[in-house]
Amino acid sequence: MPIVKLQQVTYHYPFTEKPALQDINLEVEEGEFVAVIGPNGAGKSTLCYTLAGFIPHFYKGELKGIVEVDGVLAQDSDLSDWVLKVGLVFQNPFNQISGAKYTVFEEVAFGLENSGVPRAEIARRVEEVLQMTGIADLADRSPYSLSGGQQQRVALASILVMQPKVLVLDEPTSQMDPIGTREVFGVIRKMAEQGMTVVMAEHKVEWIAQFADRVIALWEGKIYLEGKPHEVLTDARLVEKGFGVSRYTTTARLALPRGLWQKERPLPVTLEEAVAGFSALRNARRKQG
Amino acid sequence: MNIQIENLSFRYPNGVLALRGVSLEIAPGEQVAIIGQNGAGKTTLVKHLNGLLLPTEGRVRIGDWDTRHYSVAKLARRVGYVFQNPDEQLFTKTVADEIAFGPRNLGYSGERIQELVEDALQLTQLQAMRTTNPYDLSPTWRKMVAIASILAMDTPILVFDEPTTGQDAASVAHLAMIIAELKRRGKTVVTITHDIDFCAENFARVIVMGGGQVLLDGHTRTVLGQTEILAQTYVDPPQITRLGLRLGLAEVVCTPQEFLDAFEKQCAA
Ligand SMILES: Nc1ncnc2c1ncn2[C@@H]1O[C@H](COP(=O)(O)OP(=O)(O)OP(=O)(O)O)[C@@H](O)[C@H]1O
Ligand SMILES: Nc1ncnc2c1ncn2[C@@H]1O[C@H](COP(=O)(O)OP(=O)(O)OP(=O)(O)O)[C@@H](O)[C@H]1O
Ligand SMILES: [Mg+2]
Ligand SMILES: [Mg+2]
Repeated sequence: MPIVKLQQVTYHYPFTEKPALQDINLEVEEGEFVAVIGPNGAGKSTLCYTLAGFIPHFYKGELKGIVEVDGVLAQDSDLSDWVLKVGLVFQNPFNQISGAKYTVFEEVAFGLENSGVPRAEIARRVEEVLQMTGIADLADRSPYSLSGGQQQRVALASILVMQPKVLVLDEPTSQMDPIGTREVFGVIRKMAEQGMTVVMAEHKVEWIAQFADRVIALWEGKIYLEGKPHEVLTDARLVEKGFGVSRYTTTARLALPRGLWQKERPLPVTLEEAVAGFSALRNARRKQG
Repeated sequence: MNIQIENLSFRYPNGVLALRGVSLEIAPGEQVAIIGQNGAGKTTLVKHLNGLLLPTEGRVRIGDWDTRHYSVAKLARRVGYVFQNPDEQLFTKTVADEIAFGPRNLGYSGERIQELVEDALQLTQLQAMRTTNPYDLSPTWRKMVAIASILAMDTPILVFDEPTTGQDAASVAHLAMIIAELKRRGKTVVTITHDIDFCAENFARVIVMGGGQVLLDGHTRTVLGQTEILAQTYVDPPQITRLGLRLGLAEVVCTPQEFLDAFEKQCAA
């Protein structure tokens, strides 16, 4: 039973002629980690807003089709119920900060305060997510006196702490340092393994290949390709349409005509695949040589 | 016009010591990338270049101007700064107005303003959006508008704070093109980025920051091969460099082409 179900979803922002999403059909299983890729303007954020109920409850405009999470239709629900099931981390972390709190700790605890969770449990959960997102040492700082990447970590922590059934992340690592990015992907993967359903808009294909279960490639508001990360991310059509691809894939493509990548071997997306492929070729050459 | 930073330390009012004794020189026309972990002090450092922040200790000179003795408005003639968050920077009703604001403030003639605005629109490919309200644009386009509004000020020094954030492959390539054009025009460009591949492919010099200090500063190739020091500040070498290191290539490589040439040599050896 899929927990997220979109059927024939088409959406127009108010006063626009071209749909931002068109005929989207998407089912996500419980505990699945789906990555959404696409060039700027493809509709990644719009899809995130739709899953998170901001469309149709906050952004007006025209929504057609079925949006269902955990057996409830978005159109029949209101935003305050919906956000308890589906947590959204915004593309711009600044939009996430409540403005009501003096410390990072309180900011992250904010959403839990009126949820009936006991105080001690709140404190435990907040400490845990601060640790996971690498900002435990910032607990007593003001949420406004932070660097860009630190703010983005606070935004992520304040949603993770709510333990939503479905976690929607709109480019959650865009301002994070490289190793921090990889760690956050690891944290999200772990959440998915514990049963959280994850939909994440991202450009960073190397980590998508390593951590996600499935990739949706959006283009001009439509699902252009969909499938296992490795298949989608090495599809030649991505380059034509302006999607980002891994440097390893690009390198292997350039290597093919020079005889430096074996024709029968699938193209690499991750470092490990590239190392394996180039090592195999080197060994084969040395044997011949 | 050179940039001279001498023993710069900075403490925020809340007590955070964000820079600890940074010394740097950037020559006229140089293209420099700054990388390093979240909270390393990158933004704090570059906000000293146009006087948005003033040293707690040490000094910063832009050409012959000590930033402590010149207002932000004055320094804007020499240094253009694109904020990490474009929303801190944009406030007018149309893209074209936004771009004209800087040169108008610098007191340029009407004709010159026109010229500069057109040039900036063209470089950023925003021509079709000149009458759009920046707030109707997606965050990635808003960043482009912020960049255009700084380009139009025609300063000898330009500072970009994370221009690659959230940009797709085409926009990153477009940014690389803008930076190359600025280089051709003899401008100094200082760019903060977390996109290490972009850094490797477009900059000759890289400064690595960590804990408010400069950990490494030098030729891109030399700097980006130092895996252990980079890891201290949460940076991985570029994808291609990692691949070269894993395969034990004799030299540090930064681009696919360089990798393939070095790898072919290694296979033949
Ligand atoms: N509030 C809005 N009003 C009208 N049109 C909008 C609005 N927000 C987005 N759009 C349009 O909808 C389309 C999809 O935009 P969306 O922001 O979902 O793309 P995206 O894939 O998230 O892009 P990016 O990588 O730049 O974040 C674009 O054509 C965009 O201009
Ligand atoms: N307005 C502020 N008030 C107090 N402290 C601040 C303020 N802005 C940043 N800091 C702190 O100063 C240090 C350096 O921050 P800075 O913004 O320079 O980092 P950065 O290297 O640009 O990081 P990022 O990659 O996340 O943008 C951090 O510890 C940060 O929390
Ligand atoms: Mg978006
Ligand atoms: Mg910064």
